[in-house]
Amino acid sequence: MEKTEYMNPYLAGVLLGLLLVATIYITGRGLGASGAIKSYAVTAVETIAPSHTGATKFYQEYGKEHEGSSPLMNWLVFEVTGVLIGAFLSGLISNRLDFKLEKGPHTTTRIRIAGALIGGILWGIGSQLGRGCTSGAALSGMAVMSTGGIITMFAIFAGAYMFAYFFRKFWI
Amino acid sequence: MGPLVPDVISNNLNFIVALVIGVLFGAILEQAGFSTSKKLVGLFYGYDFTVLRVFFTAGIVAMIGVMGLEHYGLIDINLVYVNPTFLWSAIVGGIIMGLGFVVGGFCPGTSVCAAAIGKIDAMIFIGGALIGVVIFAEGYPVFEPLYKAANWGSPRFFETLGMSQNIFAFIIVVFGLFAFWFASIVENRVNKVAKSPIRLTPYYVGIASIGIIMAASAFIFPERKASLMKEVEDTNFVQSYKLETMTPDEFAYRLMDEQDDKFQIIDFRPEKEYTKMSMPKSTLFTLDNMFEKEPNKILTLKHKINVFVADDELTERKMAIIATELGDKRIKILQGGLNAFKEQILNFKPIENPKTLDEEYANRFRTKAKEIIPVLIKNNKSAGAVKKVQKRVVGGC
Repeated sequence: MEKTEYMNPYLAGVLLGLLLVATIYITGRGLGASGAIKSYAVTAVETIAPSHTGATKFYQEYGKEHEGSSPLMNWLVFEVTGVLIGAFLSGLISNRLDFKLEKGPHTTTRIRIAGALIGGILWGIGSQLGRGCTSGAALSGMAVMSTGGIITMFAIFAGAYMFAYFFRKFWI
Repeated sequence: MGPLVPDVISNNLNFIVALVIGVLFGAILEQAGFSTSKKLVGLFYGYDFTVLRVFFTAGIVAMIGVMGLEHYGLIDINLVYVNPTFLWSAIVGGIIMGLGFVVGGFCPGTSVCAAAIGKIDAMIFIGGALIGVVIFAEGYPVFEPLYKAANWGSPRFFETLGMSQNIFAFIIVVFGLFAFWFASIVENRVNKVAKSPIRLTPYYVGIASIGIIMAASAFIFPERKASLMKEVEDTNFVQSYKLETMTPDEFAYRLMDEQDDKFQIIDFRPEKEYTKMSMPKSTLFTLDNMFEKEPNKILTLKHKINVFVADDELTERKMAIIATELGDKRIKILQGGLNAFKEQILNFKPIENPKTLDEEYANRFRTKAKEIIPVLIKNNKSAGAVKKVQKRVVGGC
């Protein structure tokens, strides 16, 4: 079966914007993604090495901010679980479900795997410094016109354009 | 008034809300094509600007939507999470994320989306992101000085720039439209196709006209606060507005009655005067408080009668009209203001040779009140300004 086309980007943008407004109206906060990854990372380390997390400053500060509950009882963890479900359903409807490693036309699988891993690591570090990623800092920050969020947004795009040339072989 | 959490929607129900919002978020991202890294990075190589279009459209719609909610008094922006600004951390973090974008081909939200439909590279990316967080956690002592440097609090960009919110929003919209136009030109050139960058299809005209109607409506329906303020400028209107009043005698009686827990004084005098002389059962209130969610709660307490006081009756009337228009119930004003109360009760001079029974009663009651009330005022530990509990939601990542 033929894959269906993607939605018009401006329409998708309007829908996403309206969803974000509704989210802020209902919950007083925006959308996010990296926060959930952080919750899972903290839980994993806590489970593997509980004595270590008790003695390390980062986990102590995290524990203080999220007192009294498991890191997984977190708004973003639920939201990202929803993202998984929503994206899966959307892929199902539009016939895009497929196990596949996607890469540029002139690159090898090995390079793609390394790129994805290193890219992920960079996002893990960067989203902590930026206090959010494209959704939590840039998009939600723009919605409430947060200075920090908008600076992070421009820094992400500036960084990507700055380095794009050096990694062009990955993609084109 | 929004946000609905935690008053209308409990914190536990909020998790379900999060799940539903997530489903919609994921579905929109996937439908827009954010589940493939090739489409995502197209932005940085000029062959596909979908990300830019979706992202900026969403940002602009959300920004204007939040402004609209604020304009019509539907949300208390003080309770909304505004991402804090740590200048250097934001810049360095952003650049690292940008590098991660061209190397990895995803950002966290889109990687979750792509993983959901089976993209193996996205799953590896998520694994990397988990490792990245752990690296940050272990290396926290190294990152911490940068992470916490230049803490500006949580300002909003137009405040930082010192311009009005509307002008800032306008600049962003123009910037966005320019970016869409420019992106289309670049895209055409890279993909070697010739499509007009500006196409007036009914579709785009429709979206644009919704925006224009929204902007126009903001001019036609002025901001709630501003329009109410303007209404009460008209002295005739204020004087003829029907409000329930309370006589200084009743006011004094209820002030002394310890059993009376329905009576509550909302004091609109300046804070300085309030601290000098504050009555029991009173709360200091300001005009702004009436438009804020938390302080406003005190006015909606069940069974309480809110008596608005100020030095003069005109001020009381203005405030009471605003509160009534905002939908608050059981509002009364003190007849003649506190000036009348002081004159008739606190500085009461007995009527000499009372002729009628009424005058005799008044003499008796006011003499007693004159003795008791100053003691009550003296003993009253000022409750201070109404508490502005900033229960901002903890958000972000």
